Amino acid sequence: MSHYQHVKVHRQRALVVLPIVSLSLFFLSWELVVDFGLVPQTLLAPPSAVVKMFFAKLTSTAPDGLLLQEHAWISIKEAFLGYFLALLVGIPLGLAMGWFRLAEGLARPIFEFIRPIPPIAWIPLTIYWFGIGLTGKVFIIWIGGIVPCVINAYAGVRMTNPVFLQMARLYGATSWQMFRTVCIPSALPMVFGALQIALAWCWMNLVGAELLAANGGLGFLIQSGRKLGRPDLVVLGMVTVALTGVIIGLAIDRIEKKLLAGMRR
Amino acid sequence: MHNIKIACENVSKTFLQKGDTRVDVLKDVSITVRDNEFVVILGPGQCGKTTLLRMIAGFEKPTTGRVLMDGQPVGGPGRDKGFVFQSYMLFAWRTVRGNVEVGLRMRGVPKAERRVISQQYIDMVGLTGFENHYPHQLSGGMKQRVGIARAYCNDPQIMLLDEPFGQLDAQTRLYMEKETERIWLQEKRTVIFVTNNIDEALTLGDRIYTMKDKLPGTLCNCYEVDLPRPRESTDKEFLRLRKQIIEESELVL
Repeated sequence: MSHYQHVKVHRQRALVVLPIVSLSLFFLSWELVVDFGLVPQTLLAPPSAVVKMFFAKLTSTAPDGLLLQEHAWISIKEAFLGYFLALLVGIPLGLAMGWFRLAEGLARPIFEFIRPIPPIAWIPLTIYWFGIGLTGKVFIIWIGGIVPCVINAYAGVRMTNPVFLQMARLYGATSWQMFRTVCIPSALPMVFGALQIALAWCWMNLVGAELLAANGGLGFLIQSGRKLGRPDLVVLGMVTVALTGVIIGLAIDRIEKKLLAGMRR
Repeated sequence: MHNIKIACENVSKTFLQKGDTRVDVLKDVSITVRDNEFVVILGPGQCGKTTLLRMIAGFEKPTTGRVLMDGQPVGGPGRDKGFVFQSYMLFAWRTVRGNVEVGLRMRGVPKAERRVISQQYIDMVGLTGFENHYPHQLSGGMKQRVGIARAYCNDPQIMLLDEPFGQLDAQTRLYMEKETERIWLQEKRTVIFVTNNIDEALTLGDRIYTMKDKLPGTLCNCYEVDLPRPRESTDKEFLRLRKQIIEESELVL
């Protein structure tokens, strides 16, 4: 007989039922509030109208010129382009700042100066520089996404167990060898944390950027809804931002678990 | 034949804690260790014995006094000194072989040669067959075997062991002591072994330095353990010496 036996673990019923109750109540009251005229239709679209709009926008480019999936695709493209560029620059920069005096001394003051500027504050300048196309938005997303990358990679290196470094020194390691063989592997869990945080930042800044400077994308869709006085379009844009964000978050979660499992073995 | 390998001459160490609090950790400690001798430094917790070992390793500089190796002041940590840490300090992301080879890799020894050397020491500590295991798959005793193999693999002139079996259970500890003796007899090195366990000290040491119970740490006595190896902890002379050490050092056991 095996020592391992499968047992059924029941999830607490409250945690299964209550979310359904709360979501149903939320949508129902939203629908009723608008249907009974407590909130005028010009200010808020009921869920039924949003669902209708959702299906309509899958095949119709009216009134903003693009299909819903085209908007979503533009946004995803921009977000990931900015995200990968942020990782590409931010993580090596943070790692280097954590270990090399030169890198920290030179880069830290500039980084600390730029860090508190909200990414959307860069919008006017980016419009001057790049217009309202892809480049400008990618730039804004990049500026936002780079911050958590640098901070986490830096902290990860700083948290390296000092005894490991002493040991490496005992074995005659050079500074570069200590950085490569001790600091970077020690920092990896923090770096993985940055992947998640940076993506969330990128996604948020993307919508901000598109609200002000865009000719396509989910933020642009929301903005078009406002200009055309179409709350159903506005809400549809918001809901799509949320859904896409959730899907990307889950995907990153999966990838991270796979990578970490591969590392622990 | 009995060259002096390590000499600490009137070594004192003072630390600054929180920037402005002076702590005298060691005061006026002088010890000598001969070539290929197994010396144990025995003392209770917080008596400065680890600090002494860390100064011999070159991790710390003495505040006053000198630490000499082959008559030369110890400069800094380097590959001539092997160190085994109480908390193992293995790289979680490297296999047993990867951990054992760390020193060789840092020196740029080619892979084929690394394999041969590391295998020799993995076999020596009895980890044959576990080369590709990761530290989290090993028991405490096995982890410390990796630590010992890693230190030996670098071919150091002296081996410094800082309470290496402090985290092991009693049986594993006894077993590892026997193993340590076997390895030392097989690969003679100058060994300085720090412990708070009197039986461990008597089982392993050619000589035992005892340290006093409070800061600043000072030396208490030095005992020659002239017993044949392997030693039996029920041996009459063993027990007599044990009693003597306890009485003279006021060790609280």
